[in-house]
Amino acid sequence: MAEKVLMKGNEALAEAAILSGCRHFFGYPITPQTELAAYMAKKMPKIGGTYLQAESEIAAINMVLGASSAGVRVMTSSSSPGISLKSEGISYMAGSDLPALIVNVQRGGPGLGGIQPGQADYWQATKATGHGDFHLIVFAPSTVQEMVDLVFKAFELGDKFRTPVMILADGMLGQMMEPVELPDTSAVQQFDKSWAANGHGGKRKKNIINSLYLDPYLLEKTIRERQKRYDQIIAEEQRFESVMTEDADVVVVAYGASARVSRSAVNQARAEGIKAGLLRPITLWPFPNDAISKLADTAKSFVTVEMSMGQMVDDVRLAVNGKKPVYFTGRTGGVIPTPAEVLAKIKEVSGEPPRA
Amino acid sequence: MKKDLNLLLAGFGGQGLLFAGKVIAYCGLIEERQLSWLPSYGPEMRGGTANCGVSISDEPIGSPLVVAPNQLIVMNQPSLEKFIDAVPAGGLVLVDSTMISARVTRSDVTVHYVPATAIAEDEGLKGLANIILVGKLFAEYPFCEADTLTEAIRKSVPASKKEMFDFNVRAAKLGMDYGS
Repeated sequence: MAEKVLMKGNEALAEAAILSGCRHFFGYPITPQTELAAYMAKKMPKIGGTYLQAESEIAAINMVLGASSAGVRVMTSSSSPGISLKSEGISYMAGSDLPALIVNVQRGGPGLGGIQPGQADYWQATKATGHGDFHLIVFAPSTVQEMVDLVFKAFELGDKFRTPVMILADGMLGQMMEPVELPDTSAVQQFDKSWAANGHGGKRKKNIINSLYLDPYLLEKTIRERQKRYDQIIAEEQRFESVMTEDADVVVVAYGASARVSRSAVNQARAEGIKAGLLRPITLWPFPNDAISKLADTAKSFVTVEMSMGQMVDDVRLAVNGKKPVYFTGRTGGVIPTPAEVLAKIKEVSGEPPRA
Repeated sequence: MKKDLNLLLAGFGGQGLLFAGKVIAYCGLIEERQLSWLPSYGPEMRGGTANCGVSISDEPIGSPLVVAPNQLIVMNQPSLEKFIDAVPAGGLVLVDSTMISARVTRSDVTVHYVPATAIAEDEGLKGLANIILVGKLFAEYPFCEADTLTEAIRKSVPASKKEMFDFNVRAAKLGMDYGS
């Protein structure tokens, strides 16, 4: 087992990407993501990689598109407003079946918002990162160790299913330090990229990377073909962590930083005799529908906790499908909820009168 | 059973509070415990107040945000005013009395006044008031083994600045011995 080291989430994620074989990074600085780009700027030139600070986020994502077209592992990272700028390029990449890792270290929005941690980009990440019929695989780490582990998974699934993958983190996870174990790289899988436009040398038919189809029937065919891969992802890749949910009356559903706060609150509720549990989605798309749908038979109610005005709560309601009430609590704009606030909500929905 | 730490360090940017927090975090790492280190970041770091929370426990750390610090180290007046009421009853407060002339009016917390900045100046350890306070924290609330603290300093000081290691160890010792 490798020795544990102390790293910030942003730096650990960058190192994991390098260990995953990523040698190309294109980005534009923005708080609270900057340590990630800074780490790449220092490291990439030393290992024969490319770090390029583009003139804008729009330029950076199109460089990612180009590098991915050539068949290399490539990534970009940003924070909320920067991801909005990248969204056109992300749609083009999805339409061209190009894998890449896109990291969003979320801050409060909308607009320039603030620079403190946020989770208000859930809808953007899971429903509409850009225009058109497409999805990203979206991972939501909740520890610095997961910031590392999910990078490996993100590159692997991106290559396997030929789709852009997002890691949806937040400023708290990016800035905090925790012990982390960097895995050895022997398990890193390589995938066939015979589709890449990287020079045919006159020896094979040329590959074309494209998202423009003027024939609607042809465009529909490509979308339907891609949907089959999405269906497979939905069937195979729903990930979550379940903490004390088996006998829980109140199931708290939270991801990322909110899940850490919620875990403290759930422990406190248990200590006070309330049967609370935590369901933590690790993939936000595909959403862990099956696990939540199953819990709707045993739990009495659900509470989602988010650093937003309530976005993931929609998906929880769809999964619960009217069987049980689904409540929401959260803070937004860069404010992190406290365990005490979440505990108060758990008590409220479990029927215990709030303390004066 | 080892002691849980739920510490907030607060003061001006440049006083080395994030570094002091990192040394303490390494203590948890070396002893293979669960820990988190979370800095404040943003405009307040450029000349204004800076703070960082460190949690060490044998259980996984839930929220790394230290909202009710059982231990508080403060190195400027605004931080004392901002955080003193957040400390739960029975908590431990270390005040750099060179930087802060006020006295804590609460009687349900233990307060130690350490003129850490003045001691550092006098001992030729300018800039290491932070580590003097870490030493005092260790003396009042031994959250790790003594050897661990020395090893944590070794891990936190860049290998290229070996003389800084000795200075930091001496600063920690001064803090441990102060007032005892």
